[in-house]
Amino acid sequence: MNLTLKIWRQANAKAKGEMVTYSISDVSPDMSFLEMMDMHNELLIDRGEDPVAFDHDCREGICGMCSMFINGEAHGPDRLVTTCQLHMRKFKDGDTLTIEPFRANAFPVIKDLAVDRSAFDRIQQAGGFVSVNTSGNTQDANAIPIDKHDADKAFDAATCIGCGACVASCKNASAMLFVSAKVSQYALLPQGKIEATDRVLNMVNQMDEEGFGNCTNTGACEVECPKGISLENIARMNREYLTASLKD
Amino acid sequence: MAKLDSKIPQGSLSEKWTNHKSNINLVSPANKRMIDVIVVGTGLAGASASATLAELGYNVKTFCFQDSPRRAHSIAAQGGINAAKNYQGDGDSTYRLFYDTIKGGDYRSRESNVYRLAEVSTNIIDQCVAQGVPFARDYGGLLDNRSFGGVLVSRTFYAKGQTGQQLLLGAYSAMNRQIGRGKIKMYNRHEMMDLVLIDGKARGIITRNLVSGEIERHSAHAVVIASGGYGNVFFLSTNAMGSNVSATWKIHKRGAYFANPCFTQIHPTCIPVSGEHQSKLTLMSESLRNDGRIWVPKRIEDVKAIREGKLQPTEIAEEDRDYYLERRYPAFGNLVPRDVASRAAKERCDAGFGVNKTGEAVYLDFADAILRYGKEQAHVKGWDESDTVLVKKLGQEVVRAKYGNLFQMYEKIVDQDPYETPMMIYPAVHYTMGGVWVDYNLMTSIPGCYAIGEANFSDHGANRLGASALMQGLADGYFVLPYTIGDYLADDIRTGTISTDSPEFEAAEKEVKQRLEAFINNKGKHSVDYYHRKLGKIMWDKCGMSRNEKDLKEALRDIKALREDFYKNVNVPGVTNEFNEQLAKAGRVADFLELGELFAKDALERTESCGGHFREESQTPEGEALRDDKNFTFVSAWEHKGEPSKAKLHKEVLNYEEIEVKTRSYK
Repeated sequence: MNLTLKIWRQANAKAKGEMVTYSISDVSPDMSFLEMMDMHNELLIDRGEDPVAFDHDCREGICGMCSMFINGEAHGPDRLVTTCQLHMRKFKDGDTLTIEPFRANAFPVIKDLAVDRSAFDRIQQAGGFVSVNTSGNTQDANAIPIDKHDADKAFDAATCIGCGACVASCKNASAMLFVSAKVSQYALLPQGKIEATDRVLNMVNQMDEEGFGNCTNTGACEVECPKGISLENIARMNREYLTASLKD
Repeated sequence: MAKLDSKIPQGSLSEKWTNHKSNINLVSPANKRMIDVIVVGTGLAGASASATLAELGYNVKTFCFQDSPRRAHSIAAQGGINAAKNYQGDGDSTYRLFYDTIKGGDYRSRESNVYRLAEVSTNIIDQCVAQGVPFARDYGGLLDNRSFGGVLVSRTFYAKGQTGQQLLLGAYSAMNRQIGRGKIKMYNRHEMMDLVLIDGKARGIITRNLVSGEIERHSAHAVVIASGGYGNVFFLSTNAMGSNVSATWKIHKRGAYFANPCFTQIHPTCIPVSGEHQSKLTLMSESLRNDGRIWVPKRIEDVKAIREGKLQPTEIAEEDRDYYLERRYPAFGNLVPRDVASRAAKERCDAGFGVNKTGEAVYLDFADAILRYGKEQAHVKGWDESDTVLVKKLGQEVVRAKYGNLFQMYEKIVDQDPYETPMMIYPAVHYTMGGVWVDYNLMTSIPGCYAIGEANFSDHGANRLGASALMQGLADGYFVLPYTIGDYLADDIRTGTISTDSPEFEAAEKEVKQRLEAFINNKGKHSVDYYHRKLGKIMWDKCGMSRNEKDLKEALRDIKALREDFYKNVNVPGVTNEFNEQLAKAGRVADFLELGELFAKDALERTESCGGHFREESQTPEGEALRDDKNFTFVSAWEHKGEPSKAKLHKEVLNYEEIEVKTRSYK
């Protein structure tokens, strides 16, 4: 396959960025998107140019590090995959691919396609945990049976990989899907219920401080989420938040 | 350096850990506040250790090269975590988990460490549930289990095919709680460049900020290395792209012995290589062998027809299929340990029965499982069990619930529907049992420097059983290191903050800077990946699934020559003080080029076959691995002497007091 690549190039956080056009040939349809980017970088290095910086690590769709906005969609045109799991067979010979970083005020660009998502960590630090010490002196794991339906829902929410596709897809750059996934996981489990009030208030507060936008229920986040995290979680978080606000 | 002292406590095996905990020195809560500990790596071991050390009151500084601690590669572990809970009432016990692990490791691990691992395994599950880890449950609300290779009980706890993710996020959440409290200072996008020793003790590290390129000094009273394994020495492996040996290699060069480097696990069920462009390999969880059956065609004509696209695997009749694991190992069948399953796949493919274009793939088939589950569901619902369409649909739903994410991953990569046609799989490098030598307290041969999780060597011998890596990472981090480290730190309560202005820090920093600048100024003609690929090919061809003297000697020569060429001709673009992925990679590949040589040297030295290390010269007439207990019941611990070829071998003899050493049989 021969392709035209329009890639966002930005030397560092302070530099002004721009789209730069490249062409690439002999791309195999069996390549993953990132393998195509590797190939492109090898060509740039051989030509004495600066390779394109992008984040990636596990390349099996679970670490959440890869973060490209391809042809106007977070993680590209395929559904329920991260960029590393997107394969070139989804494109046609002669296609033009526009490749940008995940854009949001709260995700400043570090270089080219790599962005700083530490705002997500800070939200988790504000309350994304159960306050139990790791001493091992807890009760037996089977002491509290948990309804399988609740356990399964908690698991589904917990599969969020923290990639930020929800934020990049949202016209408001809202992080509600990300935050609600964690709030929901704990709200659905007896172990998480004890500090549910403080958790939701603290996490939402931190989310607002980081400069993420509000949710206007357009649902783009759910469509683009590589793990299929449901909007139902946002509804649950709103309920949790309202309850907590009344208690407070 | 003193002789190897494993510091195994006295007393009977089942009392060693309890007695040891009662007898080691403690640090008072007030004094813990005066002590700094550095942790490198945030996988299961590093994250759990950081959280626990901080809860105990130490000041923790934790480093990871990723943009967030949640990205560490433990996140990709799929199948599950073992624990001797015996919730299924199928005869499991601490002793049985201990025994299975020793046997699975082909009698090359340290008895006392393994027993402790089995002992604390049950705490892990309690701990994780308390943290809100959503393990799979049955309809009664209790925890569910499944079975993994090399065992005859169901002791594996799981969260679909994302157990590693859920456990890591649990440890990450425990860390976040301490980061929020200010007890852990987290350094993301930081790479450890060297270890700093003062008066022979580990007292800090030099790091590079991967965003700004800045070289930084960090001091502490102890340094814990939790940087994972070195599978990426093979270039292609199931490890993450950034997984590297550098932290462990740097401490090795500063005096930590490196143990059993040739003990590598080649995982039997991975997606086969598709072409030259391949950057990494993807694992299909071992849990799939609970339900999938592995086979190749019996007739070579069928193999040819499949490769030419004239025949579909689903068209091959039952009697024309060779379920070779069930044939060779009737007792364990498809659930033999990983090393055995991998070699059996290689044997069939070498004999010409590989089922893809490259001849390096076998089938993993779910048709029987779909049928079995479908019938069960139809029966439960009172529907027609002879309706094949209905049964298939119901069966697929059950399989989807169990392994959905794995099937989806396979479909995305291979572009085939595994619900309709068997998966194609082939072995790939997955885990390294070898690693930094540690004593019972998990301290390396450098005082004050510890290694935990995959980074150390201690628990898995020559072959790791499935679902035991997660267990070991969390056992080390939550329940072992935080206590054993106190015994050492008790002598440090009057030391006070360690200055980073000492000549030792100065010298280490200078060395790091010179190394980085040398890469940038080299202006060679080949990229870093060019060398990494070449190294990987040497390793796979000559130190892979089976090894022999001739190949290993060639590998030693080839790796050394490649390393020399690398330093002469590598091209690293950009500058040092910027976000420069190529520069970071160059440092990692430089270390792999040294480790690779020690790996081959270790494999050459060990002329027996054991676990994942198969020497062609040492096999039974049936082609099974043949151990040489008389000459090799020891841990090879290598001391750095300037370069890999000069490394000095120390032997830790393994004494089996409880277990009778036997030939491993899964027949």
